[in-house]
Amino acid sequence: MRLAQDKAASRAPRVGLFVTCLVDLMRPSIGFAALKLLEQAGCKVEVPSQTCCGQPGYNSGDRATARDLAEQVIRSFSHCDYVVAPSGSCAGMIKAHYPELFADDPNLAPKAQALAGKTHELISFLVDVMKVKSVDASFDGAVTYHDSCSGLRELKIKNQPRQLLGSVNGLTMVEMNESEVCCGFGGTFAVKYGEISNSIVEKKTGNISESGAPTLLAGDLGCLLNMAGKLAREGKSIEVRHVAEVLAGMTDEPPIGAPRVSAQS
Amino acid sequence: MSAHPTTKRFIANATEALADPQLQRAMTNVRSGFIDKRAAVAAKLPEFEALRDSARDIKNHALAHLDLYLEKYEANVTAAGGHVHWARTAEEARKIILGICHDAGAKTVTKGKSMISEEIALNAALEAAGIVPVETDLGEYIIQLRDEAPSHIIAPAVHLNASQVESDFRRVHTHLDAGRDLSEPVQLLTEARQVLRSKFLAADVGITGANFLVAETGSSIIVTNEGNGDLTQTLPKTHIVIASLEKIVPTLEDVSQILRVLARSATGQEMSVYTTFSTGPRRAADLDGPENYHVVILDNGRSSMLGTAFQDMLRCIRCGACMNHCPVYHAVGGHAYGWVYPGPMGAVLTPTLLGVDKAGHLPNASTFCGRCESVCPVRIPLPKMMRHWREAEFERHLSPATMRSGIKFWAFFAKRPALYRFATSLMMNVMGWLGRDKGCFSSVPLASGWTDYRDFPAPQGGTFQSRYQAHRKSTQNNGRAA
Ligand code: SF4
Repeated sequence: MRLAQDKAASRAPRVGLFVTCLVDLMRPSIGFAALKLLEQAGCKVEVPSQTCCGQPGYNSGDRATARDLAEQVIRSFSHCDYVVAPSGSCAGMIKAHYPELFADDPNLAPKAQALAGKTHELISFLVDVMKVKSVDASFDGAVTYHDSCSGLRELKIKNQPRQLLGSVNGLTMVEMNESEVCCGFGGTFAVKYGEISNSIVEKKTGNISESGAPTLLAGDLGCLLNMAGKLAREGKSIEVRHVAEVLAGMTDEPPIGAPRVSAQS
Repeated sequence: MSAHPTTKRFIANATEALADPQLQRAMTNVRSGFIDKRAAVAAKLPEFEALRDSARDIKNHALAHLDLYLEKYEANVTAAGGHVHWARTAEEARKIILGICHDAGAKTVTKGKSMISEEIALNAALEAAGIVPVETDLGEYIIQLRDEAPSHIIAPAVHLNASQVESDFRRVHTHLDAGRDLSEPVQLLTEARQVLRSKFLAADVGITGANFLVAETGSSIIVTNEGNGDLTQTLPKTHIVIASLEKIVPTLEDVSQILRVLARSATGQEMSVYTTFSTGPRRAADLDGPENYHVVILDNGRSSMLGTAFQDMLRCIRCGACMNHCPVYHAVGGHAYGWVYPGPMGAVLTPTLLGVDKAGHLPNASTFCGRCESVCPVRIPLPKMMRHWREAEFERHLSPATMRSGIKFWAFFAKRPALYRFATSLMMNVMGWLGRDKGCFSSVPLASGWTDYRDFPAPQGGTFQSRYQAHRKSTQNNGRAA
């Protein structure tokens, strides 16, 4: 009896869901989609106290703030078997940059290393760690997928989302040109160098519409907000969603940037 | 331009560049030309990634023993009958070169492509001394006619379209038949060759850069596609090589390894058309070559990068792959960066050479997409180094006050999770409510950089954490009721 319980417990890894500050603030439904996917994959999910991974400070040169926030994340999540984030950018921050942030701190360096070792982006975690091969979801129509930079280049996320999307009933995948080229978001870059960012995202929305797919997916909310915002300004009616929403079959919420109440009501 | 950097005006430069239809058209060539060719040629070579590692290791080794290899190089150049001159600054380099030209009684100087020449603003110095510099690389020749600086480290005129070059040639080459056909790029090349041929023969001094300085032999090596470098360095009586000190590599074997990644990364060729070695002046039995051979080795702040976070930047072999793959470079072109070195490599190097107080925009104007690092043949962590510059700026209070206070304000909440949850939940409820009809905001205070060009999607309302708490409570209650 005791043994069976232990076995069951060992089969259900304890996953700390790091929703990321953008999902927390802007689009909670992505967090719930992640929760559902992780539970379906057999994980025991908890949501430890969290704010932000520290990346905005880190990329602005404010190392001290980045370290404070990183320490907070390390404290909150160390007890988990895995830390999973629905973002390649934030997972990349913890995985690739926390160890570097604390490289000169003999006390925190091993903790940062340990956390980095068990941190994953959501979709690659499902495929590579939990060995999920398919999902139980339906989505009618064609989608195109943007490979967000950190996920693609820091975490080598490329086929995992395509593999799972391939198992969604009714969904067809249409690749856009230059799917691996940056969308121009870059965090504060999009505001500080708005005009340049605009020129980059314009090329991206050009490629998106040329693909002909009525839906755009990606794995990072920052990029999605940028592309959705540009598509909206261009008056293009392409629906924009996080890949987790489609994989979890949770597409009742209006797409990113779409009205929440219809104009008639 | 090299003498008067406009790095501080980066944003205004970018605005102009984005509004320049000719430039925008030319930049599509960079996007389509270089990238696919590099990818194809890299895919054909199974050991390409291993060769990148080895190129990185060779350069690291050379940098770790820089003094030793430079001394060895000098000894070998001297043994071959040449002279090595050490220049700590651009000013010293110009003086040395002018001195050599003066001794040679030079009236005309032909020049092969050299970024160091741009860095030290050599042409202006030569002209001021009454010496006519003639650029012999086609791209350099074109921008010299236009009185422009290069916009790319290997393709100096990449910001131009063929029609612009045609009108420049018609404007300057007035001795040629006005009715000639110049509609094909190859016709432009042929015409430039014809015009340059007489200049090669008239030149008193030839100045070239160097892709490598080889310690074991005292050779300098240039890699070109036009053969202009060969004529520049063999025809005149005096040959001057100008190179920065990190161009040193220990052996010829090392060079042959790095050459395998250089052209592939730069232009997608397996090898450049010409790889030319020069070692000292002509010997008694040589059929051609210069009588005098000088090498000017420039430091200009590079040695201060040794042993710092920026040392890795000294591995750069100037292939241009980082800018070829950079979305910011594609958007604004090379001139917007405001000095000699554009793109990601410039964003790291320029603050070292000019000071981060002058060139601070460059390392900030990056999305950190990481594509540069993913293609750099010597694996320079370019985004990491740009971040180092941002940190240096932040520490020295050079970053804009609005940004600093913005970060501090955000950090105040982010460091207090309970307060953060309370405040953000409230705020997101309000914003979600405000945005519910349209789904987007067309303007957001303090974020005009965003909303001038695109909408800002409205939040759903509430935060994940608040909704999750509510969701847990309700499932627990349901569980209890059941
Ligand atoms: S930084 Fe790397 S990619 Fe850029 S020019 Fe130098 S060697 Fe080439």
